[in-house]
Amino acid sequence: MKMFAIIFLLYSSISFSAENIELSKAPIDLTNNQSLQRGAKTFINYCLNCHSANFMRYSNLQDIGLSAETIKNDLLFTGDKIGDTMSVNMSAKDSKKWFGASPPDLSVVARSRGADWIYSYMRGFYSDPSRPMGWNNTVYVNSAMPHILWELQGEQILNPKTKKLEKFSSGKLNAKEYDAMIADLTNYLVYMSEPDQLKRKKMGYYVIGFLLLLLFLTIKLKKEYWRDIK
Amino acid sequence: MKKDTHKQIKSAGLIGWVDERFPLSSFIKNHLTEYYAPKNFNFWYFFGALALFTFVIQILTGIFLTMYYKPDAAQAFASVEFIMRDVSFGWLIRYMHSTGASLFFVVIYLHMFRGLMYGSYKKPRELLWLFGVAIFLLLMAESFFGYLLPWGQMSYWGAQVIVNLFATIPFIGPDLAEWVRGDYLVSDATLNRFFAFHVIALPLALAGLIMCHLVALHEVGSNNPDGIEIKDTKDKKTGIPLDGIPFHPYYTVKDLIGLSVFLIVFASIIFFAPEMGGYFLEANNFVPANPLVTPSHIAPTWYFTPFYSILRAVPPILGSQFPGVAAMGLSVLIFFFVPWLDKSKVRSIRYKGILYKKWLAAFVVSFIILGYLGTVPSNIWGQFSSIIPLLGGVDVATFVARIFTVVYFAFFIMMPIYSKKDVTKKVPRRVTF
Amino acid sequence: MAKNSKKIDVNRRKFLLAATSVTGAVGVCALGVPFVASMGPSEKAKAAGAPVEFDVAQVKKDELKTAEWRGQPVWILNRSEKMLSSLNDIEILTDPDSKSPQQPTNCQNETRSIKPNLLVMVGICTHLGCSPTPKLKNGGDMGNNWEGGFFCPCHGSKFDLAGRVYKGSPAPTNLVIPPYRYIDDKTIIIGESESNKG
Repeated sequence: MKMFAIIFLLYSSISFSAENIELSKAPIDLTNNQSLQRGAKTFINYCLNCHSANFMRYSNLQDIGLSAETIKNDLLFTGDKIGDTMSVNMSAKDSKKWFGASPPDLSVVARSRGADWIYSYMRGFYSDPSRPMGWNNTVYVNSAMPHILWELQGEQILNPKTKKLEKFSSGKLNAKEYDAMIADLTNYLVYMSEPDQLKRKKMGYYVIGFLLLLLFLTIKLKKEYWRDIK
Repeated sequence: MKKDTHKQIKSAGLIGWVDERFPLSSFIKNHLTEYYAPKNFNFWYFFGALALFTFVIQILTGIFLTMYYKPDAAQAFASVEFIMRDVSFGWLIRYMHSTGASLFFVVIYLHMFRGLMYGSYKKPRELLWLFGVAIFLLLMAESFFGYLLPWGQMSYWGAQVIVNLFATIPFIGPDLAEWVRGDYLVSDATLNRFFAFHVIALPLALAGLIMCHLVALHEVGSNNPDGIEIKDTKDKKTGIPLDGIPFHPYYTVKDLIGLSVFLIVFASIIFFAPEMGGYFLEANNFVPANPLVTPSHIAPTWYFTPFYSILRAVPPILGSQFPGVAAMGLSVLIFFFVPWLDKSKVRSIRYKGILYKKWLAAFVVSFIILGYLGTVPSNIWGQFSSIIPLLGGVDVATFVARIFTVVYFAFFIMMPIYSKKDVTKKVPRRVTF
Repeated sequence: MAKNSKKIDVNRRKFLLAATSVTGAVGVCALGVPFVASMGPSEKAKAAGAPVEFDVAQVKKDELKTAEWRGQPVWILNRSEKMLSSLNDIEILTDPDSKSPQQPTNCQNETRSIKPNLLVMVGICTHLGCSPTPKLKNGGDMGNNWEGGFFCPCHGSKFDLAGRVYKGSPAPTNLVIPPYRYIDDKTIIIGESESNKG
């Protein structure tokens, strides 16, 4: 029977409804180490309580300008060594019981979801008493995740008529500050999804420069030899 | 071609010592310095050498990836990320491999199109063509097996769907699919056997077939854009074809240009767009495989999509999905028959009539449209209005895919008729540039 | 092929051939770098091989404890006065002054240690990599002349209580003293030296 379900998937038109939400463009800049460091701190202070980043080592944070001492003293809560990965102590079983779903590992989340999705998602929470945690999300409808940062952002509600989010109560940060904080966090998540990406691009220019030289030489060489051929 | 040159000239020194024990010099002569290739090769003749180069790159990067990759359902996904982050330059090697896989198909498709254009499958090159199609088939299998290994959501569900295609085969299907998986679902057992096929069985078979392809090529000699047999006009004294030039140095230096351009493309993708907008590395494949949740949209990697479109386009008959699967299989296997379907007197498109040109163009268009449609959900263009008789409610994209599926097959099935009827031009005796 | 030879500019051809070959060779070598580099220790291996701290206060007199550093046993031996006096018997040793660089410079002394009593030493025989057995007490199955030391069961190499190899042993050099330093009186960190912290 399972097989038919699968084949049915192949043939049936697939609904895209959940994906049609308009996402805001995430204002990120991977070359901005200050922003990345702020994002890293937000990530470690808030996200890392439930979400792991099992493929990311604390020591990698030296790439974004943090010293080994700062990492050890200010950021290292879950592991004891700087070479450890950003793991989390919560077991998948427990978290499933608490939230209804295990919080996914966030190491490569920016590659599967994209920066804009994360940026919009983190700004898309609204209170919804019908949900088990009391929170819902415009980007990821019926998301199991509660709004961890609500004290900072304040509460939003969804206007049932306009389908737009409206401010219900104020948080510690104003809207601009909150957006900036989420932008930094998104920036960090994009960096974390591929820590070597800036190095990769930088290397690319050299490689292509070299290959252009090779192309120039091979064209000259071929022309020289092919003067024989009529 | 087949003269024993190593008997005539004896080299001194180390080469001479080797030559008495191994046909080194004569091998170099027969396949490089005295292998005469037509002098009028154009752009399209780069892709054979490039395919070989890509094969070598895949083998080389594959060996190094195998050093860290773990073919274990619990560790596979993490081991790929381990390569991407913790291994020095692991990301580069991995991107070379993933980009190489896609570019391999780009190169092979262009290489095959060249063959169709210039009639490179016609007598005496039928076997050469058959080896080539067999390489293409194995390459599809190779990339399919390899695609499971990162153990992401797309890997998992892609494998699940393709293996279930076997399940549609009447009578033996379900048992066959179970046997292929070694489990009731795609699992650790499946991953491990796919790994075995991907890293040793198929590369060995591919290497063997590539050898056969090259030996056959050098036995019959290369075709050319004019489709003229250069061996028919030889220099009376030397016996060298008048339109032939030694492969080395002329084509080695020319192929170096092709290689340089190819490398620039290759490097641009690796360093600046390794995901290639989701076509080479899909976003959903950065989510670990989860047998309980199917991603909302699954499509095969781009190089399979024309065939996948054909699968989707064929409606089930008597409740069986097998016709679609059979059509998909046939759409690949039909390439084997091309040498005997083409009844034209001439090889090259340059001297074929307008009919063949039109049919080939129609084929290319359908291949590309089917390829595009295979990457998107079938409701992408909406449905026909219910007031249209017969078509009401049918997905527009499905309907379009059906039309082009018919065109795709018609190109082959009608070939004996239109290639015979086609008014060909007179072929000159000597090649033109 | 020689039909157009008069037109061939041999020098230009040679130059271009050489230039292309050299550039190509540079490219191939550059391509080789990431492949060679990929086979070195990964970040995970480096993290696992990072310096380890060890509480030396727990090691009592005459006692030997084993720490693990880079997957190797590191012995921490708290030598008593009696043990230290046995180190004076240097006629039987190959390299009593520790001339071969088997230890950091600050351990190139009679006791081969920073603090005289506390020996920190990699417990791997310099012959073929077995781990010698500590035979700390004199006499016993090692014979009456044995003043305490280490005995490698694989090929019978003998070392004194500072890890210096006996004459006639298959092992060529003294046992290795790893780089280490005192963080405080009670704690050492193995894998870091005074000059190279972290």
